[in-house]
Amino acid sequence: MTPRILMLGWELSPHHSGGLGVACRGLLSALSKSFSVTFILPFFPNNRKESLRIISAFSSPVTPPSAYLPSHAAPLPALNSLFSRVREFAKRVSELAENESFDIIHAHDWLTLEAGMRIKRETGKPLVAHIHATEFDRTGGTGVNSHVYAIEQQGMQEADLVIAVSNYTKQLIVKHYGIPPKNITVVHNAVEVKSFPQPDSLRIAEHSPLVAFVGRLTLQKGVDYFLRAAQRVLEFYPNTMFVIAGTGDMELQLVRQAIDLGISQRVIFTGFLSNEEIRSIMEVATVTVMPSVSEPFGIVPLESLVAGTPVIISKQSGVSEVLAHALKVDFWDVEEIAHNIMSVLSYPALHKELAQNGRKNALARTWNNAAQDCINAYHSINIEHMLSEGRSQAQAFYGGLF
Amino acid sequence: MPSVCFYFQVHQPFRLSRYRIFDIGKNHNYFSDTSQTSSDNQYILERVSRKCYLPMNALLLETLRKYPETCFSFSFSGVLLEQLERWQPHVLNSFRELVKTGRVEVLAETSHHSFSFLSSLQEFREQVALHQEMISRIFGVIPRVFRGTELMYSNSLAQEVSQLGYHGMLTEGADRVLGWQSPNYLYSSTASIPLLLKNYRLSDDIAFRFSEQSWSSWPLQASTFANWISQTPQEEHVVNLFMDYETFGEHQWKETGIFSFMKQLPQELLLRKVNFLTPSEAFRRFSPVAPLNIPDVLSWADTERDLSAWLDNEMQKDAFSRLYKMEDSVRKTNNPALLEDWRRLQTSDHFYYMCTKWFADGDVHKYFNAHESPYEAYIAFMNVTRDMEWRLQEASERSKTCVPKSVIPS
Repeated sequence: MTPRILMLGWELSPHHSGGLGVACRGLLSALSKSFSVTFILPFFPNNRKESLRIISAFSSPVTPPSAYLPSHAAPLPALNSLFSRVREFAKRVSELAENESFDIIHAHDWLTLEAGMRIKRETGKPLVAHIHATEFDRTGGTGVNSHVYAIEQQGMQEADLVIAVSNYTKQLIVKHYGIPPKNITVVHNAVEVKSFPQPDSLRIAEHSPLVAFVGRLTLQKGVDYFLRAAQRVLEFYPNTMFVIAGTGDMELQLVRQAIDLGISQRVIFTGFLSNEEIRSIMEVATVTVMPSVSEPFGIVPLESLVAGTPVIISKQSGVSEVLAHALKVDFWDVEEIAHNIMSVLSYPALHKELAQNGRKNALARTWNNAAQDCINAYHSINIEHMLSEGRSQAQAFYGGLF
Repeated sequence: MPSVCFYFQVHQPFRLSRYRIFDIGKNHNYFSDTSQTSSDNQYILERVSRKCYLPMNALLLETLRKYPETCFSFSFSGVLLEQLERWQPHVLNSFRELVKTGRVEVLAETSHHSFSFLSSLQEFREQVALHQEMISRIFGVIPRVFRGTELMYSNSLAQEVSQLGYHGMLTEGADRVLGWQSPNYLYSSTASIPLLLKNYRLSDDIAFRFSEQSWSSWPLQASTFANWISQTPQEEHVVNLFMDYETFGEHQWKETGIFSFMKQLPQELLLRKVNFLTPSEAFRRFSPVAPLNIPDVLSWADTERDLSAWLDNEMQKDAFSRLYKMEDSVRKTNNPALLEDWRRLQTSDHFYYMCTKWFADGDVHKYFNAHESPYEAYIAFMNVTRDMEWRLQEASERSKTCVPKSVIPS
């Protein structure tokens, strides 16, 4: 018998606003190949094509603020409504769980940890807390919301195992949340290789090389450093175009910054884009930059490499641990970011080697690998957990394993 | 009675600093990093001198004094000698002491540890001549035996070296050349210059496997190694143990026991009646058993034993061709500083740093890289070549009294 997994998430690709939805989809698909997985999230539009077991907790979508809004940036009433939504979700999941058979609770990020803890208390099943981002990443370390922090910490303390998306995140969890390193397993994310229709040609790319930023426009993503690097590049390569693909709470501020820097004519803010549109941008761009201030993992660089475009990534990121074939920068080193952008623009041989080797590098990490890492992690906790409840149960659970 | 021939390569490049695009046209100091990290030449030379050159030279001098039957050979790159003269003259003196014993042969190579032969015969000949002048000035000897950069070898190189009047050459005993034949014989080139081939199995036992705890022969004892050498079939000529001198104390740390191993080894070899030979003595004593036809370039690196560690990927090829394209313009300026900078860029290490083979696995290539990645190595190199081009343009336009244009393309 293989373990049955109850997975709790807040969003799921293709209906997602960030990397959490992409990562949950990748893991869910890979795990479902050999395990029974039920995925509960606040709301998922009815989709008959969906072969996976996905349950909506509510009948309508969660209204903003999104999961990603740094709590200090959100207006208080919106924040309170998010907190009450999180509590309602926990209550609703606990009702839904009564009808589900499962052996493990696997909860993604603080938004679902309250639900995870509640079911663990009610059923005694082991809880895995999968941390994709902490409050410290979202806020850049200043203005950490004590309520969010408390849920994160309690969730990780009550969990039988914490999964971190990188060593970078593991260290942060040890340092800021006091969780013993032995309780944390690192499972790096991966990239899903999807086939896309032939992208629309972007006329703008016919005359100018494009430098892309893809992601939410929040403090965490370091977009302001991207703009300052753009200004420096434009001093030398005035023909370059900079594309900022995404939306977020910093959007207006960034548009103003581009104007103040005198580069607004060379910067395109795309607003919200579909996955296909993002893929088009990535395909025509000369290079994609991820200057995150604090990035627990960062799937965008992997997606860019799969699309054939080399990447410049922040050293303050988890993806940097699995990506050797990339240019790496400190997010605050604007000169270095500019220097690297110009290098890729100047030297075709560099572009080609980074793109080719980077693509191989990105494809080497699959969601099947990540799922296997999770399974190994389940086994490590479950053996102990089951043994404490009696060996016969453990034997029943693992069948041939013993 | 079996013989051994020890040859140690002593080389340090002038590593490039992290030269950025912003530096082009403004800063012409390419080799002057002072960060006390992997690209700081003076810092590295001091470290290698302390960990390897000084203790190993003392060990060899003592060996030579204690055992009159022993002898060794060295090849020094010109760029290393220049750095020693400037920053570690006492280390250079300790090398002189070794050569003064008369039982240490110094080999010929290119002054700038380059692959110039592949691109410019004129440049190759000038570098060989420069190197010879340097060796004669510093050590008072004239080298008679040639070794190509990274033990590179091909029929055409042998032809050229033979015409330059050398008595013999060293190269790699690669399987793909030797097949079933033993590396422990003298062979000859198609141009009939005699060759000594590296016995890579026994050489690598010291240079690479010595500290490998998973190796079945770890920890390697001098007596065991001497046994292996003495078991060489009687009819074979000489076991050639060729390796980087930095093996001792730098690649294999002192803590691995490498120094005590090397201290005991001569005695253990002599006990088993193993002869010591210099390359010149080996060439005098033996005649080649067969000619070797090697049309494609051979080297001592990686499993491929070719030049793919230096000149394989797009970046390496681009950097190499861009560098040699400058040759005529550099010569025309008659500017010694430009010429010297151009030559320092020819040192093979710069291209080695750009190698992406197995970069992700963190292997030997990564360990020896002066830069954080092959990409950064390439970027620094290309920016420097652009600055060189800028200087060349400036020099040519100065003669026409025009204002130089920027070489940065838009």
